[in-house]
Amino acid sequence: MTAKLIHGYEVVIGFETHTQLATQSKIFSRAPTAFGAEPNTQACAVDLALPGTLPVMNREAVACAIKLGLALGSHIAPVSIFARKNYFYPDLPKGYQISQFEIPVVQGGEVEFFLGDEKKTVRLVRAHLEEDAGKSLHEDFIGQSGIDLNRAGTPLLEIVTEPDMRSSEEAVAYAKELHKIVTWIGICDGNMQEGSFRCDANVSVRKPGQPLGTRREIKNLNSFKFMQQAIDYEIRWQIEQIEDGHAIQQATVLFDPDTGETRAMRTKEDAADYRYFPDPDLPPLHISEQWVQDERAQMAELPRTMAARFVADYGLPEYDATTLTQSKAMAAYFEAAAKACSQPKLASNWIMGEVSRRLNMAETGIEQAPVTAAQLAALIGRIADGTISNNAAKQVFDALWTGESTEVDAVIESKGLKQMNDSGALEKIIDEVIAANPDNVAQFRAGKDKAFNALVGQIMKASKGKANPTQVNELLRAKLAG
Amino acid sequence: MTSTALHDLGVAQLATELRERRVSAVEAAQHFLARAQAHQNLGAYVAVNPDITLAQARAQDAAIAAGTAGPLAGVPIAHKDIFVTKGFPSTAGSKMLAGYQSPFDATVVTKLADAGAVTLGKLNCDEFAMGSANENSAVAPVGFDAPAPVRNPWAADRIPGGSSGGSAVAVAARLAPAVTGTDTGGSIRQPASFCGITGIKPTYGRASRYGMIAFASSLDQAGPMARSAEDCALLLSAMCGPDPDRDSTSLDVPAENFSAKLNDSIDGLRIGIPAEFFGEGLAPDVRAAVDGALKEYEKLGAKLVPISLPRTQLSIPVYYIIAPAEASSNLSRFDGVKFGHRAKDYTDLVDMYKKTRAEGFGDEVKRRIMIGAYVLSHGYYDAYYLQAQKIRRMIADDFQNAFKSCDLIAGPVAPTVAWKLGEHGAAPLADYLADIFTLPGSLAGLPGMSVPAGFGEGGMPVGLQLLGNYFQEARLLNAAHRLQQATDFHLRRPEGF
Amino acid sequence: MALTPQDIGRIANLARLELTPSESERMLTQLNDFFDIVEQMRAVDTSGVTPLAHPVAAIQDVALRLREDVASEPNQREANQQSAPAVERGLFLVPKVIE
Repeated sequence: MTAKLIHGYEVVIGFETHTQLATQSKIFSRAPTAFGAEPNTQACAVDLALPGTLPVMNREAVACAIKLGLALGSHIAPVSIFARKNYFYPDLPKGYQISQFEIPVVQGGEVEFFLGDEKKTVRLVRAHLEEDAGKSLHEDFIGQSGIDLNRAGTPLLEIVTEPDMRSSEEAVAYAKELHKIVTWIGICDGNMQEGSFRCDANVSVRKPGQPLGTRREIKNLNSFKFMQQAIDYEIRWQIEQIEDGHAIQQATVLFDPDTGETRAMRTKEDAADYRYFPDPDLPPLHISEQWVQDERAQMAELPRTMAARFVADYGLPEYDATTLTQSKAMAAYFEAAAKACSQPKLASNWIMGEVSRRLNMAETGIEQAPVTAAQLAALIGRIADGTISNNAAKQVFDALWTGESTEVDAVIESKGLKQMNDSGALEKIIDEVIAANPDNVAQFRAGKDKAFNALVGQIMKASKGKANPTQVNELLRAKLAG
Repeated sequence: MTSTALHDLGVAQLATELRERRVSAVEAAQHFLARAQAHQNLGAYVAVNPDITLAQARAQDAAIAAGTAGPLAGVPIAHKDIFVTKGFPSTAGSKMLAGYQSPFDATVVTKLADAGAVTLGKLNCDEFAMGSANENSAVAPVGFDAPAPVRNPWAADRIPGGSSGGSAVAVAARLAPAVTGTDTGGSIRQPASFCGITGIKPTYGRASRYGMIAFASSLDQAGPMARSAEDCALLLSAMCGPDPDRDSTSLDVPAENFSAKLNDSIDGLRIGIPAEFFGEGLAPDVRAAVDGALKEYEKLGAKLVPISLPRTQLSIPVYYIIAPAEASSNLSRFDGVKFGHRAKDYTDLVDMYKKTRAEGFGDEVKRRIMIGAYVLSHGYYDAYYLQAQKIRRMIADDFQNAFKSCDLIAGPVAPTVAWKLGEHGAAPLADYLADIFTLPGSLAGLPGMSVPAGFGEGGMPVGLQLLGNYFQEARLLNAAHRLQQATDFHLRRPEGF
Repeated sequence: MALTPQDIGRIANLARLELTPSESERMLTQLNDFFDIVEQMRAVDTSGVTPLAHPVAAIQDVALRLREDVASEPNQREANQQSAPAVERGLFLVPKVIE
């Protein structure tokens, strides 16, 4: 299935995503990685490249790489090499970044996701381990920049895709899925505002059938909203340039959220000559089959697998399954509730509906939900067994959420929300309403269904909302038919 | 107290005098500090700090009294200024690091301090260990306002060798009983040879490189220099050992007592003599001294075995591709941002980098950075750097082949004795070519020694090089020690010292 | 393989070294002399040979040692910055970085 062309042009997008790994210490030093510390209080001698310092590899960073490789079906290299990428920049203390070049730790793999109804697959070229650089601060200093090296040495996995994406929507969907995966398997905290997950988008356009166009790289996109905006702008800009007869020059660009535009960075001559060579301070990284097996054994079920299982075992639609597996916490919440009440579809509806709505409003995650899975399950149980109606359930839910009460049955009791299930009393009400509404009855018998609903409404009103709608329906039809 | 002057005692004897409290650590330290001061003209020391030294000495005296002293308690030593030290500035012989204070000590420095050694000061060296004559130092020795020649005690108008020139001078002139040096392409062996002292470079990876200001990462090694193999063994034992927490290239080979086999018999020892080390380029006086030493070995029961190291000549371009390449990258951290020199006047960031590095680095360093950047640059990597690393493996394999028929390899350290100050001028090539005998062992990462073997032209010392297979330091020291028991070249002193 | 003045300019820029015109000229000559020696190396047949990264790898496998993920480095900003050319409020100051 091909994506929409834009003014007759096909869009080609590839991503490079830098994920900060959720380790305690840095990749090559024992300084802490926690965000937000005072400048240069988490930059030790190794991070500052003080004379005589040397790198020592963090085992956990390697474990993260293995986990990613397993999650994406990649080949995990039994031997991989660290290489120096040489360039000068104030936030790069050694004057080189320790990265991986010819032989990365993770090779190949793919990310699957849905774009609307369509299943998409984006192939990975590779993922490699490297160290993050520090930060430059420009405000407060006239004509100068202040360099904070706290971030220097934070472990990164750089995840590189083939140029498989064909629209900005697809690119964002890919990024969201990757974000979900890396947070799900616990290798990244996913905090985009803190820079834990940063995407570079390589964008080019071409007429269908033509070779790949020259690409420009939009750097450091750290919000999904800006990602889409930036790519859309860049596509339009490139097409305009080409239509105006200008060739696209390869460039690195930055997105300005205030103007909504991408702008080429100052070109660095010789920027491409990084003089890569294997880092003589770091022997080759060996990853044994045993280690990979151990990681595989410890790995939790992946989101796609779990979603498939929800479809198979709980009979949920794919949409529900995908939505519920947006995070480990949500999936766990769902399963707990579904198992407890044996009503998976109802549980799904409530979680995707009421629960999610309130979580979004409160801007918190499901881990902080005031209603536990057990409580939700209890509530659903009372709907399923006819004790309360859906409307009444909403009131109970509200009481639980606001902390008014923690017991489903207690709320039902105290608010008198029990549905009327006594068919005798109900029949009496129905008879009364039929008798009081001869016109509606006649209209219904004449074929007007609306009249039926009007009668139902009257009955519900007369029962103060406590009548069981299903029962009302059945009994009313029976009486009108007879 | 012994009647021999303190500075004539070897490390072993001095350690005994100290341990048995016939001399105090403070006295020993003061003695050598005074000698260093009296012979400032040699340019050996670049930093002293009597307060720090005497405080360390007092601590050692206390430890000796308490019975908690280490094997080298109170022994004064000095460190090549490539090792970072707290307290003493660390310059690597460069303007780039003038006055630099390291917040930590090199592992080797810590290990020697833990063994009880007392630091007399820092020793002069070629800038960033790049040089073969110590003529590339850009720091002022103690007693001078500007960089000054480092002089061979055997002849004041001659170079001491490099890059551990200051180290060799200090030992030869008895300004310290033992010192540390570093050897990347021969920088311990060659100055030891030129100054008539003993020095050893261990197997690559045996001594930690943490705190050694990096020149060429896959070649740099720390080692001791002293007046005898026995003394070197004592220091080497303290210096070597795994450093898994700080140096990823440090090997998991346990620390060893290198003195244990010193007196083993060498009867039947097979000494390989590489044909390529005895060609036309070898000066006759050096050949004579080396041949003399080899005859001594035969008298001791060793067997001389002809071997071949066919790629000896290639070691020069291979080394001078690999070392500068690694150096060009290692020296990128000197950018005026976090430490070290920064230019005063510049227009913008790039200008700041360029001027800072132009001012901070000397000519030889700049040359090697340029070579290094070139051979790593796009389009040249395969033909130069990668090719050199492949030939390096072939050279290492040549040694493994040779060791099938011998236990040790022996030959000259350098083609000539020490040359005159300024003689090689600004042309680096002559220096590079003179490294031909030490480079192969460096490339292979093998342990190597220089042992005094006699004297040559102008009465200048000649060293015998001994190379062993990986981890064979004890065997090297044993062979060296047996030679020193049969000869007295290592006991001769330069006149006036 | 003869270097040109353009090569010298390009490499000096890569290495962030400012060379005076006479220094550049001297450098060109010296480097070309040096590369004359290097030429003999290029002709050597090294097919099938793996590069030797860690010297001891000539006789045994040398693998990267891995350490436990423990953040044990304390904050030593003052000591670490004692030799810094320009520091303000804990930040290293440099001429403005323009992107």
